[in-house]
Amino acid sequence: MTPPRRKRRRPQPPPPPLPTPPAPEPPDGQAEPKNPERLYAFAEAEDGARAELDLVTLIVARSAPQPGASPEHTAVLRLCVAPLSVAELSAYLNLPFSAMTVLITELITAELVQARAPIVRQALPDRSLLEAVMHGLQRL
Amino acid sequence: MDFNGSDTLPGPRTEDHLPHTTQAAVKIVIVGGFGVGKTTMVGSVSEIRPLTTEETMTQAGIGVDDNYGSDTKTATTVAMDFGRIGITDRLVLYLFGTPGQERFWFLWNGLFEGALGAVVLVDTRRLEVSFDVMDRLEERGVPFVIAVNSFPDAPRYAVEELRTALDLAPEIPIIECDVRRRASSKDVLLTLMRFLHSIALSGARA
Repeated sequence: MTPPRRKRRRPQPPPPPLPTPPAPEPPDGQAEPKNPERLYAFAEAEDGARAELDLVTLIVARSAPQPGASPEHTAVLRLCVAPLSVAELSAYLNLPFSAMTVLITELITAELVQARAPIVRQALPDRSLLEAVMHGLQRL
Repeated sequence: MDFNGSDTLPGPRTEDHLPHTTQAAVKIVIVGGFGVGKTTMVGSVSEIRPLTTEETMTQAGIGVDDNYGSDTKTATTVAMDFGRIGITDRLVLYLFGTPGQERFWFLWNGLFEGALGAVVLVDTRRLEVSFDVMDRLEERGVPFVIAVNSFPDAPRYAVEELRTALDLAPEIPIIECDVRRRASSKDVLLTLMRFLHSIALSGARA
């Protein structure tokens, strides 16, 4: 039996629409469904700090929650006694990722938490970093 | 949402706390079609109980009762499972299992942009669902390896046959795995890391 073959999209013009399972068509008659929108995008315009928060930016509390702080802020500060990623905060607090970034941006602005940026892929990858990850995985 | 029940505030178990010395995180993305085993793979290698981050989005309502006027937007939730592996006392690795549809990827900032690399998990019964994912990763310049999750009743192909079918360059690793097993999932991740390392070495020589 021969496996189905992949046809690359890039070198060729887009293929004609195939009789794929019927994609739901938006009522305004657009051919392609538009990208969905985030429901919680409200704080984006403020200062742009939100955009710097990655799923794996580590958040650490700088101080204990103050009396009178909002319950949401208190919850984050309690969770971040040890470093915790934005993804984990979103999971534990059951908040959508974008809502979580809004909340954390407020806390960063108020200097209540510190953010430790992730190491991202470079054009020329850092070999010592890759080796460290390899060694860590081997110990698993 | 109730944040006031602070005594029952969900959070990591004490033994799951990262060391205070942890300075940075890296991430690897496991991408594949529905039911291909992404969540199983995350669960088999993660040192913490796998977690789920969600994103809520709106989309033009489709086939929705239009009684409320012209605004037929509906909220949909997209979920992504992830796990974590401590690398050193300064570095931690996160693994994200994400749906194959690119239109969801933007929901999480930099999901692929910053990732060290990706694992494309494929099921030989539905090889074609991974074709589009590979195109997208190539376009974004995300290095990836192919992991074939061996389902018992799935057709078996020789690696070279798969390479031809997937139109993959000879250097891209293809590995068979059983993602239910930690050792096997770990092998897949190590295969990706060795591949990334070889890219780094050839880049340094160039």
